[in-house]
Amino acid sequence: MTRDEITTGLAEILEEVAGVSPDDVAEGKSFTDDLDVDSLSMVEVVVAAEEKFGVKIPDNEVQNLKTVGDAVSYIEAQS
Amino acid sequence: MSGSRILSLGHYQPSRVVTNDEIAQLVETNDEWIRDRVGIVTRRIAGSETVADMAAAAAEKALADSGLTAADIDLVVVATCTSVDRSPNVACRVAAKLGIDAPAAFDVNTACSGFAYALGTVDHAIRAGASRNALVIGAEKLSEFTDWTDRSTCIIFADGAGAAVVTAAAEGEAPGVGPVVWGSVPERGDAVRIEGWRPYVKQEGQAVFRWATTALAPLALQACERAGVDPADLAAFVPHQANSRIIDGIAKRLNIPQAIIAKDIVESGNTSAASIPLALSKLVERREVPSGAPVLLFGFGGGLTYAGQVVRCP
Repeated sequence: MTRDEITTGLAEILEEVAGVSPDDVAEGKSFTDDLDVDSLSMVEVVVAAEEKFGVKIPDNEVQNLKTVGDAVSYIEAQS
Repeated sequence: MSGSRILSLGHYQPSRVVTNDEIAQLVETNDEWIRDRVGIVTRRIAGSETVADMAAAAAEKALADSGLTAADIDLVVVATCTSVDRSPNVACRVAAKLGIDAPAAFDVNTACSGFAYALGTVDHAIRAGASRNALVIGAEKLSEFTDWTDRSTCIIFADGAGAAVVTAAAEGEAPGVGPVVWGSVPERGDAVRIEGWRPYVKQEGQAVFRWATTALAPLALQACERAGVDPADLAAFVPHQANSRIIDGIAKRLNIPQAIIAKDIVESGNTSAASIPLALSKLVERREVPSGAPVLLFGFGGGLTYAGQVVRCP
């Protein structure tokens, strides 16, 4: 999977879980500051991402995923 | 012995209603944020009432509605994690206040899952012939264990009590309390804590949210299966009132669009072990669930612990 494909997949999840417009999702965007994803919605994003991409994202990793790019890199490395 | 059933319910809430605007005077937060993100509009905070006072008040109402008297009760079990006194336990204090003579009386502490644990224990005692008529109570005064400068917890927790009178089902009568599905995740004990001397509640919100919204739905469905109840036939789902979004997250995975989803958290906050009997008692009081209808109870919280069962509405 390319980084773009992972980003597109995350955008779909963000739209469903937190109502984020896919147009706003880009690697440099911060989940909390730019996309207004709060801490519990972030958990829903992570759980959905685990199912969608077949990866494991443990609780202690979630706090390190500050931007969409962080998440893309983590998923890319795991898959 | 063919099992047990809930005969009646009762609840007690302190008279003081605390709004989100009042909380916003203590910590940096606002009404809209709390409504949207947690689902709480108001909560009740006790004044001088103790856990035992609230437990006894709820139990008195349940007993008054049961057709039984204090003399008929032979077992009192109280679920609580916020009783300040180590002894006597809350169950003995309730028995003393209500004039119940010589009951077996003990407290159960499994934090927010406590009521379902206590109900399971009472059901087992009745099945074993160790009790005929029991009081099972959830009562909490979390305000005494809340750090009112910590906005991650002080917006959530509240005080209150709920109680049920549980009696032996007649021979041949279908049981009204289904088999309990219970357990714990001891290695995750740090996720919700009330530790040490004069402690405050602390929790890892994300870890609890993830566990609750992913691990619990299959266990709740197991409780339905063990009771022989098709989830599609549930009249209501009464989970621990932890957070509106946790309730929605579990309910979504149960796929029970026909069931009433209890949301007493909106007006009562999170009252730990008291939240399930409080919400159930109010549903019954408002006649939202017909008598005999199956209702799924599911508690979860500190420990981490969980327990749930299907009950028939009194």
